[in-house]
Amino acid sequence: MAVMMYRQALNLALREEMRRDPNVCVIGEEVAEYEGAYRVTEGLLQEFGEKRVVDTPISEEGIAGTGIGAAMVGLRPVVEMMTVNFALLAMDQIVNHAAKLRYMSGGQIKVPLVIRAPQGAGMQLGAQHSQNLESWFMHVPGLKVVAAATPYDAKGLLKSAIRDDNPVIFLEHELLYTMKGEVPEEEYTVPLEKADIKREGKSVTIITYLRMVAVSLAAANALASEGIEAEVIDLRTLRPMDIDTLTESVRKTHRAIVVEEDWPTCGAGAEIMARLQETAFDYFDAPIIRVTSEDVPMPYSKNLERSALPDEQKVIDAVHCVLGHECRYSRRYEIEPDSEREVEEEEEEEVEQEPRLKAEE
Amino acid sequence: MPHAPCPMTLLTADSFPGDNLMEKDELIEMYRQMVLIRKFEDRAGEMYKVGKIGGFLHLYIGQEAVAVGFISALRPDDYVIGAYREHGQALARGAEPRRVMAELFGKRTGISRGKGGSMHMFDVEHNFMGGHGIVGGGMPLAAGMGFAVNYRETDQVVLCFFGDGAVNEGAFHESLNLASLWRLPVIYVCENNLYGMGTAVTRASAIPQLFRRAMCYDMEVESVDGMDLLTVREAADRAVRMARRDREPRFIEAVTYRFRGHSVADPGAYRTKEEIQEWERRDPVPKMRDYLLDEGMLTQQVLDEIDKEISRIVDDAVKFAEESPEPDHEELFENVYA
Repeated sequence: MAVMMYRQALNLALREEMRRDPNVCVIGEEVAEYEGAYRVTEGLLQEFGEKRVVDTPISEEGIAGTGIGAAMVGLRPVVEMMTVNFALLAMDQIVNHAAKLRYMSGGQIKVPLVIRAPQGAGMQLGAQHSQNLESWFMHVPGLKVVAAATPYDAKGLLKSAIRDDNPVIFLEHELLYTMKGEVPEEEYTVPLEKADIKREGKSVTIITYLRMVAVSLAAANALASEGIEAEVIDLRTLRPMDIDTLTESVRKTHRAIVVEEDWPTCGAGAEIMARLQETAFDYFDAPIIRVTSEDVPMPYSKNLERSALPDEQKVIDAVHCVLGHECRYSRRYEIEPDSEREVEEEEEEEVEQEPRLKAEE
Repeated sequence: MPHAPCPMTLLTADSFPGDNLMEKDELIEMYRQMVLIRKFEDRAGEMYKVGKIGGFLHLYIGQEAVAVGFISALRPDDYVIGAYREHGQALARGAEPRRVMAELFGKRTGISRGKGGSMHMFDVEHNFMGGHGIVGGGMPLAAGMGFAVNYRETDQVVLCFFGDGAVNEGAFHESLNLASLWRLPVIYVCENNLYGMGTAVTRASAIPQLFRRAMCYDMEVESVDGMDLLTVREAADRAVRMARRDREPRFIEAVTYRFRGHSVADPGAYRTKEEIQEWERRDPVPKMRDYLLDEGMLTQQVLDEIDKEISRIVDDAVKFAEESPEPDHEELFENVYA
């Protein structure tokens, strides 16, 4: 076993697959000469040359379409979107084309394409560079959606994604790139349809993925000191979803929370909860609770950003809630418009002023 | 509707003096294909009106010379990709009329197994890479196919059809930039039929001569009379040979006209009868017929035989589509994932 960073594990996956299959190529902004905005593609240009490691202009729709078109005729491109936020410019190609071509053609076409995209918040990058858009992709039949939480999984999942004959959205997290972990030196892959129990426990199930796996594990360790044994399940693949593993865990623990960095409304957790109430309704002793980002665009200020994001304490609080202990976790679903907030403030002022006026009289 | 007269050719680098010397048999075959498209589309329109065909139906009537002229210049291993007015292109590329009609009828024998419909004809056996319903959406895909051709170092070319509406989409500009930057062997053919749905090109493009929209990408551009089969074919031969030889993209605006509405449901209030009649006088099908007669390549008798033969093919296609089974319920779930 070698210890390496998440981004190095991804790099190794790319290298191994490019050595294995000459049809695998890497296309994206700053992937070649710059060696990747997050250094995931470091050294690839040197090893594989400019035909297989291709820098592009800032042209997301064109880049995605290039990857899809090349995949339609037999290449296996790995397209890098510098961040998932920029993939929004490529949504037509991803949703209307990549996801649909096989179906619309009655099975004549396959699109063996991987679109890698880092996402997530925590680096004070503000509202346009901090989003978690997994549910946008999860919504679309024809796509697979993968989210790797550890260096081991990053390598094994990326290799499987490259070998898959379908368009795979491979989500990474900007704060995970420097995470270190053990990665075997020998060849291995991680299957795309299997969740992983990262920590066993019988008190409560914590269902999570991507960066929130590490946050949930930290929370589980803290809870263990209180005698609460949480089972932490890393989904690894969001679509297709390994509902069997989740159901089995809940049958054992009877309580569950979902921890996700995206927004609550129509987020990944909403789907997880809906599926679980279909498969395990009778096993639950308490409603499922979601720990998500607050339902606001991501602010810049460090202080506000921290408030907006799920963290270890929020996970601990939510577990206490679902166990029926004193409940300190709460999150707002409907954010009131500023106009209503102002009215409330004015009313408060009036209330405060009244006694003073009376006193003056 | 004022419009600059065609043809107007510019920036043509080489010319190939041999281009006009097509064999008689090839010319007759091209004419035959135009007749096939015309009759097929006529029947499709009828079938739509009696409820046999659902959804949208964008007929190619009037534009036949563009598909036939370009596709006939290709090799079987080249790629073709179209937009949503693509039945004619699929037929010109060799798709079986029976299976195209069955697709319109939504039958399991359809060329896309009844899952695509009018806008999504795919015939991968003939390298016809679809029917795409988002304006401009096929253009980046064509770039990707060109990328794959260069990657494999073969000498195939990619032919990409799209309409005048696409020139105002971001995908148009991103694709042309990539194609030129990377020297992709893609021939981008803008079928300018003067209207994006009901909006005249002059109301949509700041520059109504659409070939000019491509000029800033440093590629050879050309505008041709899309109502004349031989003119189109000449331009196509030039473009295909140069793209194959030089590994570079080409942009060709084929000015043409659809004689029917945007779709069969189009009331057509945005164009005058006079305008339509004026363009109908330039109908590419009788024009080619007269040429073949004048040149003594065909007799009226042979023309009549072609007419009858094509009518039989179209009748057979309708019969096949009618008699084909509907897709099974289970097929709903097939082909989502490979």
